[in-house]
Amino acid sequence: MFELLPALLRGLGVTVQLTVLGSILGFILAFLTGLARLSRYSPVRFIAACYVEVFRGSSLLVQLFWMFYALPFFGIRLPGLAVGVLALGMNFGAYGSEIVRSSILAIPQGQTEAAIALNFTPFQRLWRIILPQAWLIMIPSFGNLLIELLKGTSLVSLITLTDLAFQGALLRETTGRTIEIYSLLLIIYFILAFFITLSMRWLERLAAVGRS
Amino acid sequence: MVIWDWEFAIKVLPDLFKAMRVTVAATFAGFGLALVIGLILALGRRASFKPLSLLSRGIIEFIRSTPLLIQLFFIFYALPLATGISLSAFQAGALGLGLHYGTYLSEVYRAGIDAIPRGQWEAATALNFSRLHTWTRIILPQAIPPIIPVMGNYLIAMFKETPLLSTITVVEMLQTAKIIGSEWYRYLEPFTIVGALFLLLSYPASVLVRRLELRLNQR
Repeated sequence: MFELLPALLRGLGVTVQLTVLGSILGFILAFLTGLARLSRYSPVRFIAACYVEVFRGSSLLVQLFWMFYALPFFGIRLPGLAVGVLALGMNFGAYGSEIVRSSILAIPQGQTEAAIALNFTPFQRLWRIILPQAWLIMIPSFGNLLIELLKGTSLVSLITLTDLAFQGALLRETTGRTIEIYSLLLIIYFILAFFITLSMRWLERLAAVGRS
Repeated sequence: MVIWDWEFAIKVLPDLFKAMRVTVAATFAGFGLALVIGLILALGRRASFKPLSLLSRGIIEFIRSTPLLIQLFFIFYALPLATGISLSAFQAGALGLGLHYGTYLSEVYRAGIDAIPRGQWEAATALNFSRLHTWTRIILPQAIPPIIPVMGNYLIAMFKETPLLSTITVVEMLQTAKIIGSEWYRYLEPFTIVGALFLLLSYPASVLVRRLELRLNQR
């Protein structure tokens, strides 16, 4: 069974790459959009809400296919990896923005008022007072979302990217050892998800240093 | 150059609508299974018999952290080889969705059951209710209504995962769009319509769930 591993693990690099790049893009979008949804300007709030609802309301696989097959009709032809990162990142960002928004809203109003009373600039208020506290609330939810993202990367095998799932399908065609291949794949994904869970716990402890 | 071809879009719309029935059927079949599997796993996890509760926990963790796509492949391609039970593509798809979301729903059930005050359990014992009656008459009727909105959210999430069934040859909306696309060499319209249909169904549903949640919170 284990002699199948090297061939399968050839796809590990692509899976990890997509998870890392997708989550970086997703984090940036999540913070920008989460803050935009709390903006005092209604057009900003509206645009951010549209982005979130479109990406949360339609399916990730449909978004992936749309970017891969339909975007070229507009003259935009992206390489497969870019499509994967873009679709995963934008999807992740839309879900993540809700985490950012609700965590910021969970910080008591008094914190904002105190920062204003102490003459903090709006940026300092956000950066020094609100976000460090909100961050602590966000971490567990982001951890869950990261695992969703990792699971989502398996879909890129359907737009010809050679990730773990793709190598699995390829190997199945050449060897026909279906049961072993899919069992191994499930175990590999489980180990990757476990690694994410551990890192998020570590991050949580790090963020909680100096707080009760 | 006109990019969007309305004539073509209108021509393919009926086929996509027809495929929507398969999508909706798969969603409800999967969700029905998920409701049952979720409850079994939630009860298993609460069992006082340690190996059973550990096993349930392990199953939940494992299924939750592995991709639905691979699980579907496993059920559709590997399960018949391993057990001799061969499922149709639709059955395999519904089972995959049901298992995957059953693990999510088990957590929802657990939250609902944990929210029941201890006094309810003690009162049921004091009134000499059997274990079955305690569950069916006292605990579940109180535990389930507050978690209905959360379940609604998972129903919507599951609906959006049904395009994955196209990979095991279920001809639902996405698969239909792909077939149309490869037939006419036009992917823009069919895929855009599919995305719009998902949005059109899931957005109002999520607004409804939010309303339901607000109303439940008011009580």
